[in-house]
Amino acid sequence: MAQIKIKNVRKDFGSFNAVKSSSFTVEDGEFFMLLGPSGCGKTTTLRMMAGLELPTSGEIYIDGDEVGQKPASKRDIAFVFQMFALYPHMNVGKNMAYPLVSQGMPKAAVKKKVTEVAEILGITAILNKPVGGLSGGDRQRVALGRAIVRDPKAFLMDEPLGALDAEFREHMAEELRALHDRMHATTVYVTHDQLEAMQMGDKIVVMNHGVIEQFGVPQQIYDWPATKFVAKFIGSPAMNFLNFEGMIGIGATSVALNGVAFSIPASREGARGQLTLGVRPEHVRFSDTSNYRAKVIATEYLGTTQIVTLATPNGEIKARAPSGAIANVHETVGLEFDARTLTIFEGERDRALVSEANEGVLNRG
Amino acid sequence: MAEVTLRNISKSFGGTRALDDVSMTIPDGSFVVMLGPTGAGKTTTLRLVSGLDQPDSGEIFIGGRSMNGLTPAQRNVAMVFQQYSLYPHLTVRENLAFPLKSPLLRTSPAEIERKIREVSQVLQISHKLDNKATALSGGEMQRVSIGRALVRNPSIYLMDEPLSSLDAKLRADLRVELKRIQASSGATLLYVTHDQIEAMTMATHIGVFDTGRLVQFGSPREIYENPVSIYAASRLGQPRINVLPASLFAGAPQGAATIGLRPEQIIQGKGEDSIVMRVEHLGDQTRLHLSFKNHDLITVTDAHTRLRAGDIVKIEPFKPFYFGADRARIA
Repeated sequence: MAQIKIKNVRKDFGSFNAVKSSSFTVEDGEFFMLLGPSGCGKTTTLRMMAGLELPTSGEIYIDGDEVGQKPASKRDIAFVFQMFALYPHMNVGKNMAYPLVSQGMPKAAVKKKVTEVAEILGITAILNKPVGGLSGGDRQRVALGRAIVRDPKAFLMDEPLGALDAEFREHMAEELRALHDRMHATTVYVTHDQLEAMQMGDKIVVMNHGVIEQFGVPQQIYDWPATKFVAKFIGSPAMNFLNFEGMIGIGATSVALNGVAFSIPASREGARGQLTLGVRPEHVRFSDTSNYRAKVIATEYLGTTQIVTLATPNGEIKARAPSGAIANVHETVGLEFDARTLTIFEGERDRALVSEANEGVLNRG
Repeated sequence: MAEVTLRNISKSFGGTRALDDVSMTIPDGSFVVMLGPTGAGKTTTLRLVSGLDQPDSGEIFIGGRSMNGLTPAQRNVAMVFQQYSLYPHLTVRENLAFPLKSPLLRTSPAEIERKIREVSQVLQISHKLDNKATALSGGEMQRVSIGRALVRNPSIYLMDEPLSSLDAKLRADLRVELKRIQASSGATLLYVTHDQIEAMTMATHIGVFDTGRLVQFGSPREIYENPVSIYAASRLGQPRINVLPASLFAGAPQGAATIGLRPEQIIQGKGEDSIVMRVEHLGDQTRLHLSFKNHDLITVTDAHTRLRAGDIVKIEPFKPFYFGADRARIA
């Protein structure tokens, strides 16, 4: 397996700039997620790694070899598409064997390999079945098998679970991840589903408008978003933004919202003007003693927790509270925020200010 | 608005029984969500109430009146489908006004304008009122088709996965909006979804459907905290309830085949050893994939747990559910 390194890669389609200068490294054996909304450039980035598109400028290294301008056939990687296409006239075993047979591998070796991979995927029992009657899950497993038999340097997957219904998608996501934990194959996986990215990925790159907004391990990106876009895109409900006019000095440890002071992690930067306090729903707490008052707009029961929508002097926010906590619609409550978890964003550039809490983890492309 | 009653409704398509003796009362002013996977009978129920299809047997009452043989128009129901269907040559304003311009309703132009303003504000489409329907994004089109139902004053709103084609942010906004509209207007809503978040957050009552049968009907809290079967228990809760052989833990009552454990029904740090197989950081919480006596289970722990794969965690059931061999709840 292999390390994949993307260096200053850019892609233009005519006058449209799909991917701006991007750099990141997928380490050997990682399950790596490219996450973003449609049109953000994630699929283009993946296709450039595969060699299905060639970058306009920049370099792509697979295990140290520069392959940026090489075609897909010279890169030895396997691509798994959203709509998995199987050969309908061949049975499962023949579908899986096809890439090896067409490479001219001896029959006995092909058989051994197909048997081995079928075992890994748990589809030994259906090797002689036609693909026509297979369930969605088995079709997906066969498509994966066809990629795995080649022993490629890496797997590239473009929303492989996108077409499946919610329940089955969750099941296949777990299966894919378990498969990865057994094989440790370098995998780059494109998705627009933030939960899927958090759940499956060792690392995540978040893209928007062709730009890498942030990359890192899932929990760090969730805790310390580098931009407002990342803060909104990851987490459900999204991070709350409390907008205020003010200033922050270097070393400041509090901000004032509507006359009430809130402690924050010590700021390493100064800023003034339009600022935003970012707080995750689970870090909003009800407090009788707080002078920061908000009106309860709605409550949504979720089993163990509930989501409470609140109107604050700085805009509407959502809190995640235990379902036993009492919040009555139209009542007014006091609010506190967990000081260690707060992020301040600069208004104009929508960028997180560096603080003692996030300085180690803000990686931008 | 009106109470809607289904009495012993059955319906087959060809050889397939889509609905099997379903009885259900949708109280006046309630928000009833029908929950179940594809093929459970949710949409069939909706179409029977609307009058688009007729039941093979049984009867439907709206406001106490039998709907036998009545057309959709005669039933005065408003429908919103997953696939929005707008008049493409009309503007958003004209699309919204259309149902009100029916000669039967005699709505005054001022009243029409007032309704359109109100509904378009709620659905955040005021700035698009003069756009042609075809010049809208998918999300906007769906909001207009919801709006077209809301401007009317029907006996019941029937909605078939109206939010499923919208993006996550808009879906979350509209969830709150729909619930607010329903609560403040006292409208009666019958709503189909396979999204458990929608069901839990919006419904006053959930009807759980399993292959054509209504297996449980109650408030979201009742169904979550007091499910009648493994099937009903599995409809709500993320991660999904763990179902394990009852004999794995001490204390199973007589006749229990399996034990059901939601994450909050598993105490960590007491009991017997389990091995952490995988730690999944989801941001606000962390999921632990555990192996307990060679059985897999998933529970939830603190977002910033230090636990890693290979660690040992002791676990013990806390007020678990027990199910019999027929998968029905026994304790």
